[in-house]
Amino acid sequence: MSFHVQYAGILDFKSIYDLVAGLAPEGMSWAAFTVAAAILALIVINALVMSTALYTWFERRVLGRFQNRLGPNRWGPFGLLQPFADILKLITKEDTTPEEADRWVMTLAPIALLVPTLIVAAVIPFGPDSFLGRLNIGILFVLGVTSVNTIAIFMAGWGSANKYAMLGAMRGVAMLVSYEVPMALAVVGVVIMSGSLALFDIVEAQTVPYILVQPLGFLIFVAAASAEMSRTPFDQIEAESELGSGYNTEYSGIKFALLFLAEFMAPLINAMIITTLFLGGTRGFDPIPGQAWFVLKTFAVVFALLWVRATWPRLRVDQIMGFAWKGLFALSLVNIFAVAIAVAILQDETGAIAAGPLWIMVAVNWAIAAIGIVLTAKALGQRKLERETPTPSPLANMYAEAD
Amino acid sequence: MYGLSLLKGLGVTMKNLVSPGRMFTVHQYPDRKIGLMGLARLNNQNPVAFTLSKPGQAIKAMVGLASVRDRQYQHPRFRGEEFSWYENRCTGCASCAKYCPLGIIRIVTDPAKTDLQEGDKYFLEVFDIDIGRCMFCGLCVEACPYDALHMGSGFEEGRYRRRDLVIDKARLVESPKRPSHWFRPQLADKEEYNPLEGDEADWREVHRHEKPTISDQRSRWGQR
Repeated sequence: MSFHVQYAGILDFKSIYDLVAGLAPEGMSWAAFTVAAAILALIVINALVMSTALYTWFERRVLGRFQNRLGPNRWGPFGLLQPFADILKLITKEDTTPEEADRWVMTLAPIALLVPTLIVAAVIPFGPDSFLGRLNIGILFVLGVTSVNTIAIFMAGWGSANKYAMLGAMRGVAMLVSYEVPMALAVVGVVIMSGSLALFDIVEAQTVPYILVQPLGFLIFVAAASAEMSRTPFDQIEAESELGSGYNTEYSGIKFALLFLAEFMAPLINAMIITTLFLGGTRGFDPIPGQAWFVLKTFAVVFALLWVRATWPRLRVDQIMGFAWKGLFALSLVNIFAVAIAVAILQDETGAIAAGPLWIMVAVNWAIAAIGIVLTAKALGQRKLERETPTPSPLANMYAEAD
Repeated sequence: MYGLSLLKGLGVTMKNLVSPGRMFTVHQYPDRKIGLMGLARLNNQNPVAFTLSKPGQAIKAMVGLASVRDRQYQHPRFRGEEFSWYENRCTGCASCAKYCPLGIIRIVTDPAKTDLQEGDKYFLEVFDIDIGRCMFCGLCVEACPYDALHMGSGFEEGRYRRRDLVIDKARLVESPKRPSHWFRPQLADKEEYNPLEGDEADWREVHRHEKPTISDQRSRWGQR
């Protein structure tokens, strides 16, 4: 497989570091590391922003097809240049700030929303040797950093001095804080299975993708993640039909462009995390390099999220909170128990689980997932409305008696 | 039950995505994308001959970059912008300005330049219609006693500045004379006239009654 080695070698970030280290003189490895890290960070950030731009086109186009319309198709072949036209428009527009707005908070909010989204990309393994930081607490870092966007959304809502923005932001804070609990608990199952907090170790440990081993954990994580990035059916933060545009009502120009960028980058980043945690990340069969597998899986997850967005309507506020605390929280505890007991019973002396017991665990976990979902649906699902038999009005027989 | 209807909903949207029969209830304006077959049919050739004669256009069409102008069906009674005004029919009576509920028609006439004793009509110095505030009620057209003012048929009148939306006399004179059928039954009765295609309507054609010929008038005078 010499072809594979060469092909993947170009994509590896390590080879760029080796290249820079070869140029640097002896004893200057720290300088080589700094330069390589700067180059790689630049590459990754630009690739992320660019793919977000293309993703906005993809999302609008596919959403249009889902809804029997065309989507943007005017500018460039198949409307491919539409995101760039959008960016130009947003940059050249006037950047207005309300008179009573908290100017500093309002200006910092888009940055505070965008930066955590970008930072998460630092620990995601894009390939076997392609990651910016080999952090041994990767998933903890991801959970911690993404929770910053709660503050950013509240900053945006508070700073704009707008009632709708404030309402959207407060709903957002309530929702995001609630959904971080099931999200973290769903991750615990993965951590128990792989025995590590590092994302590259989790990828290494997935001989069978964890979506098969922990279907319940996968569903919980996807639901919680789509709530975290506030997409339908959980888009209470910017419920257009209720709140104008929610926390970004007062934003325009470049600030709105940043909010928009962060909002559309979130599905990509979340899809990457889901790919890493549950779909085996860069694992795949051989002639195709790991990076390509990663992109393919991410694309599949993004499409699934888009499909859900195109289909399901928005939930009410109380339904959303109830779903997080009564449904997902309980289910994630069930998932943790099931995985922990299975791992404790099935693992051998080295801590790994052999192929045979693993498939037993898959079967058991699917059964638990099905039972759990059915029970949750029974407990939370809407009961059939049964109307009381109306008590007859005392005036009903008034005329009958008169006759 | 048990969230199965959620999956059913996903199935419905996916059917809309993949099945070609359900695509595109959208009418494309101002131009629509056209494939090779459609382009060849427009040029009255079969696709092979068209590809051989114009390979560049054929490749563009195959890639999906070729487009043709497309207009939506528009009713001849459509009340459009760019009023059709016939200077020869207008007497400067300013009925339109009086009847306009928004007062956006401004007419300034100069009687000094006309010889009213000779049956001459007022000379119009200014005739401005501010269509930025117009609501296209058409009361001005109803009020016109000489059928000089008609609703137009165009609608692509977007401007970058508000003051460009004021139609002045020069623009009214130059604008294409394609009066809408609205409140003009004499135009609707004529089978051959369509405001969207064909020739422009001459000022002699837009009257409400047949104009008496010279011989008719002479005989009528003679009968007196």
